[in-house]
Parts: sequence; C-alpha cells; structure tokens
Amino acid sequence: MTTNEQRAPFLEMREITKTFPGVRALDGVTFDLQRGELHALVGENGAGKSTLMKVLGGVYPFGSYGGEIRIEGAEQRFNGVREAEAAGIAVIYQELSLVKDLSVGENIFLGREPRRFGIIRWEELYRRAQALLDDLRLPIEPHTPIRNLGIGQQQLVEIAKALSHDARILVLDEPTAALTDTEVETLFRILQQLRARGVGMIYISHKLEEVFRMSDRITVLRDGRTVGTDVTKNWDERSVIARMVGREVGDIFPEFDHPHGDVAFEVRRMSVEDPNVTGKMLVKEVSLSVRRGEVLGIAGLMGAGRSDLLMAIFGAHAGRTSGEIWIEGRRVRINSPRAAIQHGLGFVTEDRKRFGLVLDQTILNNMTLAGLPRISGRFVTNVDAEAAAGNRAMKELRVKANSIFTIAGTLSGGNQQKVVLAKWLLTNPRVLFLDEPTRGIDVGAKQEIYAQINRLAEQGLAIVLVSSELPEVLGLSDRVLVLHEGRVTGEFTRTSATPENVMACATGQEQRLEVRG
Amino acid sequence: MSKSANEPVIQRPPVTADVIPVPVAAEVTRRTKIAGFSIPTDTLRAYTMVLALVVIWIFFHYATSPNAPGFVWPWEGVSNFFLMLKSHILYFFSFDWIKTGIFLEARNFSNLMRQTSVTGVLAVGMLMIILTGQIDLSVGSVVGLAGGIAAICQGWLGWGLAPALTAGIGTALLIGLAQGALNAYLNIPAFIVTLGGLLAWRGVILGLSKGETIPLRLQAFKSIGQDYVGPMIGWILAALAVAAIIWTTISRNRARRRHGLTAPGLLPTLARIIVPALVVVWFIYMMNSYEIAPGRFAGIPIPVIILLAVTLGGAFLTQNTTFGRYLYAIGGNPDAARLSGIQIRKHILAVFCLMGLLAGVASIIYTARVGSASPDAGQLLELDAIAACVIGGTSLMGGRGTVFGAIIGALIMSSLDNGMSLKNVAPYTQNIIKGAILVAAVGLDMAGRKRG
Repeated sequence: MTTNEQRAPFLEMREITKTFPGVRALDGVTFDLQRGELHALVGENGAGKSTLMKVLGGVYPFGSYGGEIRIEGAEQRFNGVREAEAAGIAVIYQELSLVKDLSVGENIFLGREPRRFGIIRWEELYRRAQALLDDLRLPIEPHTPIRNLGIGQQQLVEIAKALSHDARILVLDEPTAALTDTEVETLFRILQQLRARGVGMIYISHKLEEVFRMSDRITVLRDGRTVGTDVTKNWDERSVIARMVGREVGDIFPEFDHPHGDVAFEVRRMSVEDPNVTGKMLVKEVSLSVRRGEVLGIAGLMGAGRSDLLMAIFGAHAGRTSGEIWIEGRRVRINSPRAAIQHGLGFVTEDRKRFGLVLDQTILNNMTLAGLPRISGRFVTNVDAEAAAGNRAMKELRVKANSIFTIAGTLSGGNQQKVVLAKWLLTNPRVLFLDEPTRGIDVGAKQEIYAQINRLAEQGLAIVLVSSELPEVLGLSDRVLVLHEGRVTGEFTRTSATPENVMACATGQEQRLEVRG
Repeated sequence: MSKSANEPVIQRPPVTADVIPVPVAAEVTRRTKIAGFSIPTDTLRAYTMVLALVVIWIFFHYATSPNAPGFVWPWEGVSNFFLMLKSHILYFFSFDWIKTGIFLEARNFSNLMRQTSVTGVLAVGMLMIILTGQIDLSVGSVVGLAGGIAAICQGWLGWGLAPALTAGIGTALLIGLAQGALNAYLNIPAFIVTLGGLLAWRGVILGLSKGETIPLRLQAFKSIGQDYVGPMIGWILAALAVAAIIWTTISRNRARRRHGLTAPGLLPTLARIIVPALVVVWFIYMMNSYEIAPGRFAGIPIPVIILLAVTLGGAFLTQNTTFGRYLYAIGGNPDAARLSGIQIRKHILAVFCLMGLLAGVASIIYTARVGSASPDAGQLLELDAIAACVIGGTSLMGGRGTVFGAIIGALIMSSLDNGMSLKNVAPYTQNIIKGAILVAAVGLDMAGRKRG
C-alpha cells in the first residue's frame, strides 16, 4: 500500500454507475489498469462488462453515467468515441467495425488518410500500413480487401488499426470467440508484444483457460458490481466461478412442484449450419425432450448456439438444419414459424425489440399478432373479441399500461416482455420456448415472469427455458441442459445442477451427461 | 449493419429498412406536447395535413380571383413591394375573393376531384406497398401500358368495352404478380424490380403502339372518365354517408366503453358527427352545383365515385382485416412478423397484385378522361403516388401510414397541379414547387420527430 504513490494506475475508473430505464447496469464499479498490464474482466452475461467498456470507450458520453475516469491522474470526460480514441483508448468489439469492401490499408487509415492538398497519398498510406503490419509480424498484404480475410485475420487488422491510433489502452471483447487455434496463438503473441511496449489491455472473455494463461490480474463483475479483483496467481478457476455465480439462488424464485406428464416435445440430433459460413456448425447434433408440466433449462454462454437451436426448431433459422422434431409421439415437419405455431409451439424470443414486438403498434395488436385468426376472425377482424382477450391477458400478466391501446414502444422492458409472453399464450401453445425471458428487465418484473413460468408449468405446459443468467436456469428448471459451442456438454437434474457444475460444462471445462443413458 | 456476430439470421425477403438501416433510437415519439396539451402525434399529423390542404385551397381560391392585386418582388422596387402587400391585405379583408375566386368554384372543384382520382387510386395501392416496407416505381409505366392495351383492344382489335377493360386491368394485375413474385420469392429488392419495370413497361407500350396515340372509339369507355352520376345519386350517397358517420361514431363510443376506455363526452361526439357530415354535404353540394349546361347539373364525376369506392375498400382492408394488420406488422418489424407466423412472402405478393389491380383501374380512368391512350401517358405518376403517401404521413421504412393520409396527400398534390395551372405557372416552375413542398413536408415531419 505504500507503493501506491509510485504506482498510481495508468487508467482509473472510479465508482462508475450507469442506469437504463428500470435497470441498474453498473452500480459503483471501480477498475484500474497499469501500463503493460493485461487485466482480465470476467463475469456472467449481463454482469456489466460490456456496459463498463462502453463507458470507457465513449459510447455513453460523459454525463450519462456516474463516477469518474482518470488517465494518468487527469480526469477524462469523453463526449463520444472520437474523444476516447484521441485519449488513446481503442475498443475492439465483438462485432467488427471494418468496412468489408475496402482494403486492409484503407481500413487502417479510414478517416485519417495521409494526404496532400486534400488528395490521398496512396503510396504513403500503403507504406505505412505495411510497416504497421510488419511490426506486428502479420503476414497480411495491405491491398487485400477485408472481405477476403478470415474473421481471425480481420480481428488482427482491427488491432493494427487501433495501434495506428497510438492506442495506449486496448479493450478486447471476447477476441477469440471466432478464431481458430492458430489464430488464437498469433493473437496471443501480439498481445505479449504489446505488453512489452507498455500498452495496457483489458481482456473480456468467457474462456477461463485463456484468462489464466494471459492475464496479470483478474476482476470479476457480478450484477454491475465488482465482486473481486486480485492478481491472477491468487485465483483459480473454482474461485473465479464461485465469484461469478456466487449469489443467493432461490430467494426470488418461487417454490414449485410440477406434476410431470408424458413427453410433449422431442428434438433428435438437431444440427444447424451457419448461413454465412458454409461448413461451420452453430448447433451440433443436439437432442432434447420435455414432458408436459416440465421446465427444461438450457444454460450456456454467449455464442453457445442456444438461440440458433430455438430458431431452428421454430423453422425460422436461415441456415441449413437437420434433425427430427417429435410432438406428442408424432414426427412433424416444421419449416416455418407458421407451421410451428400450428403444431402448438410458442416462442418468446430474445431481444424483444428486434424479434418480439412491432414497437409502433398497440399492445393489443402485438398481443394478438401470432394468434390473430384464432382470436379475432379469419379475415375480417373483430375488435371486441380481440379487446376481450387482450384485457384478460393484460390482467393475468399484470401489464402496467393505460390501456390495451397504448403503443408497445412506450412501455418499460418488463411490460414489453409481458406483452410478448401474452402474444404467445394467446396462440394456446402446448410447448413454450422462452429465450432470455428476463434480459434487461428489473427484479420486480423478473419475479412476476418467474411466477408465470411456474404457473404455466403447473397447468401442464411443456417449457424450454434458455437463459444466460445461471441462477434463473437453476431456480426455475426441473432439468438443466448445458450447451458449449453448439454441443450438449452437460445434463443435470434439479438436485445435481449446482452453479459450479453447470459453469464448468458451459465453459467447456467438463462434460457431464449424468441423466442420459 | 449493427447485427452482432451471435445473432441468428431469419429467412425472409429484403425490405427497405435493410438497405437503408434506421437508427433504433429514432423510434417512439408518440405524443407531442403543445401548450400543455399532450396530443397523440399521429392524430396531430392528421390534423396538420387537413389544415395544410385547407390553407392551400384558400390560397389558390384567393389567388385565382380576377380582382386580386398583382405580385411584385421586393427587388423590383421596395416601395412597390410594400404597396402591393398593403393592397393584398386590404383585398383579403374585403372578402370579395370568396365570390370571385375560381379555384373553389363548382366547375373547377369538380375538375380538381376528377384529377385527384388517378393519383388517389394509385396512392391507396402505393400505401399498402409502402406499409410492408417495399416500393413500386413502375406504376406510371404500368398505367401507360394498361391504358394502351385497353385502347388497342377496343380500337385496333375492335373488342367490346368489357373485354377491353379486362385486358387492360388484367395486364396490370399480371405485372403486379410478376414484380411481386420477383421481390418476394427471388429476394430482389422491390426498388430494383420496379425500377426495371419503369423502363421495361414503358418500352413495351411504345413498341405495341408503334409510338402512336390511340383514340377511344367507344363512347361508354370515355364516359368512365368524363361523365357524372347525376345530382340525385349524389344526395342519396350523402344521406348514406351521414347515416354511416352517425352509426360508426356511436358504435365506436359504445365499443370504447365496453373495452374499459373513456368515451368522448356529448360535445366532442356531436363534433365528430357534425364536422364530417358537413364536409360530406358540402362536397356533394359542390359536385351537384356544377352546371354543365344551362339547367343541367352534373353530380359526382364517375372517376370520383371509383376513387371513393377504392378509398373505402382500402381503408377497410388496412384497418379491419387480418390482412391489413399483417401489412403493418411486416413493415413495422419483419423479423417479429415472421416469427409470429405471418407469411411475409405471400403478403408481399398479394400487395403487389393489389397495386397492379389498382394501377389497372387508374389507367382506365386516365385513358377515359383524356379520351385517348398516348404511349407516354402516366409518366411520373409513380412519384405523385409516392409523394401523396409521404405527405400523408406514411413512413417509407414501412409500418406506418393510413389510407386517409394518402388520400389527403393525393388531394394536396393535385390541388398544387390544378391551382398552379390556373395561375398559368410555367410547368418547370410547377415541378420545382412540387419538389420543394415534398421535401419540406418530410423535413418538417423529421424535425418534429427528433424532438422526442
């Protein structure tokens, strides 16, 4: 502690708070970074890692968050990404920000092309790009269009671009998610090089193995708070996982005892191919079954293929799919969401704004959208019948709004989610899929949704619940299936599903298929 | 564009919003505050449009009065300019122009309505296209082709009225079917398909007609565009309309109470009945008081009857059917619509067919009104129709807009045409002014939306 003065951190983020309507995403997070340090930031999905990095990267301008950011002791107030960049911060997001049709060199110097009298000096640009790539020992030709590079090489170009800005702080958000093993090695070599040059790096990853291999220090975030920060050698995988998940499970989850019936729904050897990358499988030979009245939880980290699996079952995935679907003992073919609905499937999608709601439309129009012919009329609509159904759903799910004619886009996240749930309940489903049903909504609304899930299961509905919030999966499911990179790596009963077990399978550390014969 | 790597991709045809991504944050400003009153923005927009139309009508009526003072630009002498302003103010408050203006005189008003009918019919079809997030640039050429084919059939081939009309409308319908299929099933963006159509169909009619203008031989054909239904029918329609207004207003109030909403009180309810009823009566009165020959009064022009039917049909289809509901959903959020089991491709195909059908109807009105089919008939009509929708508050991104708005937009467009022609404004100036008004209307709308 006495060395504190000499080693004042290079970057300091103090008491950062950030709230979105209804949710506190960051709650007084303190984080620091030294020169030449690789500081890993870990936590479950939704723990606040990305939000914290967006605060640092200027995506959320000064004033929209609380707390302060200091670089070399000087307070920083970024009004946008440009200002953060000027201060030497480069964030490499999961979704790359390169222009696919421009060359590597053009991308590196985009917006800052060397020019004379306003005319771009192409030779100078490519000479400098080449020098930069050579410096990183990257065998990439600067004239190559980005489109022709693999995703891994694109990531490396992105890093080269960051360095051309003289970045002193580099944020890497899941940098290895899309890389092959050799590309990962190249990336790590470059990170070592940067470390030697004194670049501070913030490394966000779900892959604990990488974190332990590369980092100097690890900070764990949970629910928007720092729950542990220490040098890497004082951690081990168990202690990190314990901190990531370590919260009281069960307190906000209702007690339940679902009477289980026959198998209502079954998927056999379902595989899904990436529509953009031929040969890359997003889901690999996944089989699952649910009984009437049972809640099957599917756990897994971002990119494990959970949503792809559900989209494929529902006949909406753009990629090629194979596998069999059985409903109540009969094999069915589902090649469109319409067919899925006719077979009694309901699908509360993740990202309600993108996949769930027509934001411009009223609550009522959204609620009745999927079941319109059943509720209203085959061709001519019957507003009375719709309104009656809508008012009932509104009361049952306790949607807080002035009336069923309120525009859906004006509702809070929790109420929007209830509208999506109502939409699917109004189709009278036999099997209900819930994909991240409580993402981005406040605790009160979460609890209400949990209560609904239990009520529906008790009524005999078969439910498949996908969530990246582990406590949610554990607190609600009768059985838990764990996916890792498109494959089932674990299956647990309610009693054997501990956070540690599930997380170990989700991070690919272990395989446990104890329920399966 | 902003899709993340992990996001599943949904299978569906492209929409305008894919090509021109809309920032998500630009959503949801549903209420506008004016002097402490919070008014639903859409309602406010509807009033603004009607108000704009009324202002345009009053302006042209004033300007077309033969007694109105002339106009002087300030650079032609500042003192003259102020003298002119003064004489305008004096003349305006003399209210002489109300009697002497030409624009809202029965004869011109009847003409104006007839002019509106082609744009109006097209605008109803275009509205449904745009609602789904698509666009149709080919309707002008389709009007030219379909009208030409109908004229060729009755003229060169000597067919009767019904077969000739069927041939014309059928052609337009088939074109809609083809373009819709290319868009919905082959995923070619509608902008491209119909841009191709704009060129190709114009080429077809130029080839078929060998560049000649084909006169209409059948009097019955011409009368579709030129005749009237007679004052008696007008008054019967007015009575029916007023009854319908009373009935819908009362039943809507009842429905609102049934759904647990507050219904408007007695005064607002009366206003909701009396204002539209007065508009209907005034409209019919204007139509009926046009004296074609001494002692012979016209009544409603047949094209206007067709437009009224198309408008009512379009309003019913968009507001009171599952089909219409799905159009809004598809345009508002195609991914959510698809996941809710809506067959996007079929609906897009159907809308293009409807557009084709309506373009066929419009082509018949157009040809009949002119009395002949020229190979360059209908040029730029697609832009009039799109402009009508946009001025009427339709979002080009899809999911937002009403038939009522599109019709008001069509009225605004044709009023500008008619009024400026009466004032002998040069055609090039007319185009400049119409273009400027279109951009300004959307600009104002965007500025209004940003505040939220």
